[in-house]
Amino acid sequence: MDTNSTDARPVLEGPDIERVLTRIAHEIVERAKGAEDVVLLGIPTRGVFLARRLAEKLAEVTGRTIPVGSLDITMYRDDLRMHPPRALARTEIPAAGIDGRLVVLVDDVLFSGRTIRAALDALNDIGRPRAVQLAVLVDRGHRELPIRADYVGKNLPTSLRETVKVQLAEEDGRDAVLLGAKPDAKAAEH
Amino acid sequence: MMRHLISAADLTRDDAVLILDTAEEMARVADRPIKKLPALRGRTVCNLFFEDSTRTRISFEAAEKRLSADVINFAAKGSSVSKGESLKDTAQTLEAMGVDAVVIRHSASGAPYRLANSGWIDAPVINAGDGTHQHPTQALLDAFTMRRRLIGPDAGIGQGLDGRRVTIVGDILHSRVARSNVDLLHTLGAEVTLVAPPTLLPVGVDSWPCEVSYDLDATLPKTDAVMMLRVQRERMNAAFFPTEREYTRRYGLDAERLAKAPGHAIVMHPGPMVRGMEITAEVADSERCTVVEQVANGVHTRMAVLYLLLGGNEPAVSHSRTEENK
Repeated sequence: MDTNSTDARPVLEGPDIERVLTRIAHEIVERAKGAEDVVLLGIPTRGVFLARRLAEKLAEVTGRTIPVGSLDITMYRDDLRMHPPRALARTEIPAAGIDGRLVVLVDDVLFSGRTIRAALDALNDIGRPRAVQLAVLVDRGHRELPIRADYVGKNLPTSLRETVKVQLAEEDGRDAVLLGAKPDAKAAEH
Repeated sequence: MMRHLISAADLTRDDAVLILDTAEEMARVADRPIKKLPALRGRTVCNLFFEDSTRTRISFEAAEKRLSADVINFAAKGSSVSKGESLKDTAQTLEAMGVDAVVIRHSASGAPYRLANSGWIDAPVINAGDGTHQHPTQALLDAFTMRRRLIGPDAGIGQGLDGRRVTIVGDILHSRVARSNVDLLHTLGAEVTLVAPPTLLPVGVDSWPCEVSYDLDATLPKTDAVMMLRVQRERMNAAFFPTEREYTRRYGLDAERLAKAPGHAIVMHPGPMVRGMEITAEVADSERCTVVEQVANGVHTRMAVLYLLLGGNEPAVSHSRTEENK
């Protein structure tokens, strides 16, 4: 995750984020033809909050309860050996499981694609979904793997000298996507 | 940073809580169809057992395999150790084979400390029980079991055991489990009372961070968890109490005695149990007894320790070891 930067400028704010999530919810219903077998899995930390919000919106649109869970990818990271071990976050799979379902992974920022690769590996150990899709609030580019999102809240062309920070009310007290300058010019690792 | 886990006294409160929280996530893996995580893929862990212990060895082995490590089991019996090979030679052999971590059980107190600090081997060392000294992963799994039962799996995240009262009963003198538990439970904020015949208390127990009592019946009403220890006859070279019957009468746990403890109090035992001696079959088989849970929790806790010491490029657990803790 990108670090704090002093001169960060908001590119999305509270109402924008709400609107973006509503649109993604409708896109999911449209593509999944009613979202009957959809399971939402958020990637901790902020992906989980986004997944919960999406589930609420999907429930409003479809009138059904959409199972929502969280998928921690820490153990599946390809840079696990390059840092001190990270504390594990919560993996919570809905009771009905994911076998044969359409799993929509939800994350805040799509960057190198390595987090999503790890998530696909993690899913492999949990079950066999019918299909896997990806929803992200922001796509900032700079992919290092052949991965793309099915639902994108906002495409945000960035340079590697910039940071993208997502704030959500559940964790940070307000909703915003902040674009700032990186304190040092070192390429971000995500 | 701490590279080894030698003693429960080495762990700071933050370290201990981090291990318990990590174990909570590891426990979730046990409910999945594929009970495996890739965190230690490509790493080799050697279980170096100079003293027999099937229970601890298979618990470590299960933990290592669930983290995808390659496992080498080394039992001293039938190996070159019985031909007179020293710990140093064994360690150097393992070093030459490129072992990434060593789990060691030894009948001599201090053997894991020696292995970790001698420079014979570069890999992290995890103490799986040394003599009458320490058994840190046992203390961690006991604390994990207490936190789950007394606070709850989810409510306990990030918490210690502040204000919980734990009574440890029996052969404290020969028990590395008691020693490790006193250290760790004190770190986590619990109040520990040791109950034993005076002959089964070690010299210097008054300097331990716990209370000592000779009266189990008086202690039980103020107890949240009562931990019964096995009477280790194999370590006893003198008469420590008059008869087994006398011991059972004063320190054994039966249903009648357990009724004096609060209704929520749990009964723990590190195993193997000697039914009829320190604990009656009725209590051992009751819902309040956590022996089977402790075994399952042992795997989760050891996975957490292995992950935190070996999963990254440096350990996640900090080091605060002092010589007097040995």
